[in-house]
Amino acid sequence: MLRKLFFSLPALGLAVTAKAEWALNMPKGVTDLSAETYNLHMMVFWWCVAIGVIVFGVMIISLIKHRKSKGVKPATFSHSMTAEVIWTAIPVVILMLMAVPAAETMIRLEDSRDPDISVVITGYQWKWHYRYQDEGIAFYSSLARSSIEARRKQSGVDPNTVDNYLLDVDRPLVVPRGAKVRLLLTSNDVVHSWWVPDLAIKKDAVPGIVNETWFNAKEAGTYRGQCAELCGKDHGYMPIVVEVVEPDAYLAWVEAWKEDAPKLASMHQ
Amino acid sequence: MSTTVADLHDHHEDHGPAKGIGRWLFSTNHKDIGTMYLVFSLTMFFIGGAMALVIRSELAIPGLQFVHPEFFNSMTTMHALIMVFGAVMPAFVGLANWMIPLMIGAPDMALPRMNNWSFWILPVAFGILLSTLLMPGGAPASGWTMYPPLVLQTGDAFPFLIFSVHLMGISSIMGAINVIVTIINMRAPEMSLLKMPMFVWTWLITAYLLIAVMPVLAGAVTMLLTDQFFGTSFFLAAGGGDPVMFQHIFWFFGHPEVYIMILPAFGVVSEIIPTFSRKKLFGHDSMVYAASSIAFLSFIVWAHHMFTVGMPLTGQMFFMFATMLIAVPTGVKVFNWVATMWRGAMTFETPMLFSLAFVFLFTIGGFSGLMLAIAPADIQYHDTYFVVAHFHYVLVPGSIFAIMAGAYYWLPKWTGHMYNESLGKLHFWTSTIFVNLTFFPMHFLGLAGMPRRIPDYSTQFTDFNTIASIGAIGFGVSQLLFVGVILSAWKGSKATDRVWEGSHGLEWTVPSPAPYHTFETPPRARIADEAFD
Repeated sequence: MLRKLFFSLPALGLAVTAKAEWALNMPKGVTDLSAETYNLHMMVFWWCVAIGVIVFGVMIISLIKHRKSKGVKPATFSHSMTAEVIWTAIPVVILMLMAVPAAETMIRLEDSRDPDISVVITGYQWKWHYRYQDEGIAFYSSLARSSIEARRKQSGVDPNTVDNYLLDVDRPLVVPRGAKVRLLLTSNDVVHSWWVPDLAIKKDAVPGIVNETWFNAKEAGTYRGQCAELCGKDHGYMPIVVEVVEPDAYLAWVEAWKEDAPKLASMHQ
Repeated sequence: MSTTVADLHDHHEDHGPAKGIGRWLFSTNHKDIGTMYLVFSLTMFFIGGAMALVIRSELAIPGLQFVHPEFFNSMTTMHALIMVFGAVMPAFVGLANWMIPLMIGAPDMALPRMNNWSFWILPVAFGILLSTLLMPGGAPASGWTMYPPLVLQTGDAFPFLIFSVHLMGISSIMGAINVIVTIINMRAPEMSLLKMPMFVWTWLITAYLLIAVMPVLAGAVTMLLTDQFFGTSFFLAAGGGDPVMFQHIFWFFGHPEVYIMILPAFGVVSEIIPTFSRKKLFGHDSMVYAASSIAFLSFIVWAHHMFTVGMPLTGQMFFMFATMLIAVPTGVKVFNWVATMWRGAMTFETPMLFSLAFVFLFTIGGFSGLMLAIAPADIQYHDTYFVVAHFHYVLVPGSIFAIMAGAYYWLPKWTGHMYNESLGKLHFWTSTIFVNLTFFPMHFLGLAGMPRRIPDYSTQFTDFNTIASIGAIGFGVSQLLFVGVILSAWKGSKATDRVWEGSHGLEWTVPSPAPYHTFETPPRARIADEAFD
């Protein structure tokens, strides 16, 4: 019991820090595009706040001042062409101010030319399969054992004691920092969607179709995500973990994988 | 036209309601059918709400406590289908049945037998849908969007799901035809199209949307049916089909469907705000043009539900810009409501309170809608709780608050008695507080990375989920008050014909309660103006 508690303490600490990072807003992420996406999100958000302050402000003033109980006699005006033109034209201008940067980001987002690494991702009910196109590396990635135990109905395991509950896998996708990674997505059964918030990537894996997207992570680290498209009963249990490592470490990982490939492959059959 | 109606009624002097169950089964009276629609809708609201509470109970804390993932998915699917097709849409058809003939001075709907038929299909459709809960393989669990190939993994429930969707579509199309024919042909003399009340206008536009898109939905689900049972491969990649094509067809229906659920709500609040501001609706004609623009745009924005499916860049650009444009006419509507209140003499009876909350909270849903239109940001928001927060803001404190506002507003006209105002206000405040407690934290959950449609979640999402679950239970319990208030209207003080001090329009010229038959001879549309000004 004491032992169990001892081991769960660091996990609790992690959960608290994770909470603080994730709590309210979209993550800025670790790619140029994730930062751009975050900036777009905040720009539109602040526009909405500004418009909200004005519209709700006028409405609240009216609610306070223009009450029958204050003896107000209702005005009789009921239309104004000038007002209609103004409140049609101003939103059009604001929308154009939003549309231009959004379109620029969109164009960059779709430009997956000249990748350093290409990974084919195949969705399965309910796990992911990764195949590095040039390195000959291929493996499945499924929910980590620690979560499998705890996720069962009335398992008696407190999810708070599980490290990265439902967000950990047996085998993460490993990529080098600073490399342009192209992802080619498809599915073996139903539609899935590969989503890692810190990379600002969400792309559907559709059977019979190969979708394409890319990222270039600027910081090494472990980034977690989940399947985002309802794919059946275990939709909530096919997480994604991407390990971004220094280029040297990546090369070492590739080498080690090649040596162990036959063994690992048989382990996974 | 008018003389024929009058002549017909000369031969049926003793035409009161039939006795017993026959009055309801065989009714061709728009008021009886309207009542049945509203009661049906309220029933479905509670059934769908109970399912929402199953969802929120399971999500209150991390770990799986009450249901298995497959049943959880059935709950989200059935909750959505029941709320969309069983609660919100029939409620608006009920209001249309009751109020459109009264507002335009018509004796009844134009096609009363079809009216009966379009109502009675609904209990059958939802009986079939609910029966799937007891079938081997469980109720449909692929989301209300029914995306293939997942939906094809549904058990025995699959053909029943398709058939019930067909029936709902048939019912909606017949209801829509009835609304259009009634409005076009049976308006009182002197009531030109641009003089029609806003509720009638928004319903006319909605009815055209329904006729345009319900057959598209029927086509899409029929293709699912033939893919499953008759060897076609419309959506099956293995046979050369395209799963994404279903999404395009579904959302070509689905996006106008969103406006089908909100335009009549615009109509309701556009009736109520002027009444309690004691001032005419500001910019009536531009409101009509705005609603029409929204309806038109709704046909060319469908793929903004699909920014992650892998569309060409130009396609994404088009759908992003078109979607952003919707903010313009929607903004016009909000500005006009505010301008209607401005320098009015407002009082705050329950219908007005619900309408004001509608303007505030629908606008918040509109803001998150604008954020979702920005395609690169949508890639992060898509299929998360941010989207769940967005559409619940426009549907619950949006559509449903407008329905409740309308119910309170016209209840005295329907029953002849005032409801209990303090109970009504209590219902309003509890609903408004709990609806925000339920749905506002979902914005944070989505931004922080919680996908929708999952039965369990990682522990950093716990706090906001717990708050949302508490809010949901509070909101559910508050709705029992609504039933209490409705029942109180049978005992309340006698309502006057005009009911509200500031009300305008033909519906307030008939006695309260509205007699079984009204406007057997067409009124002059200006009667209301002359009587009330």
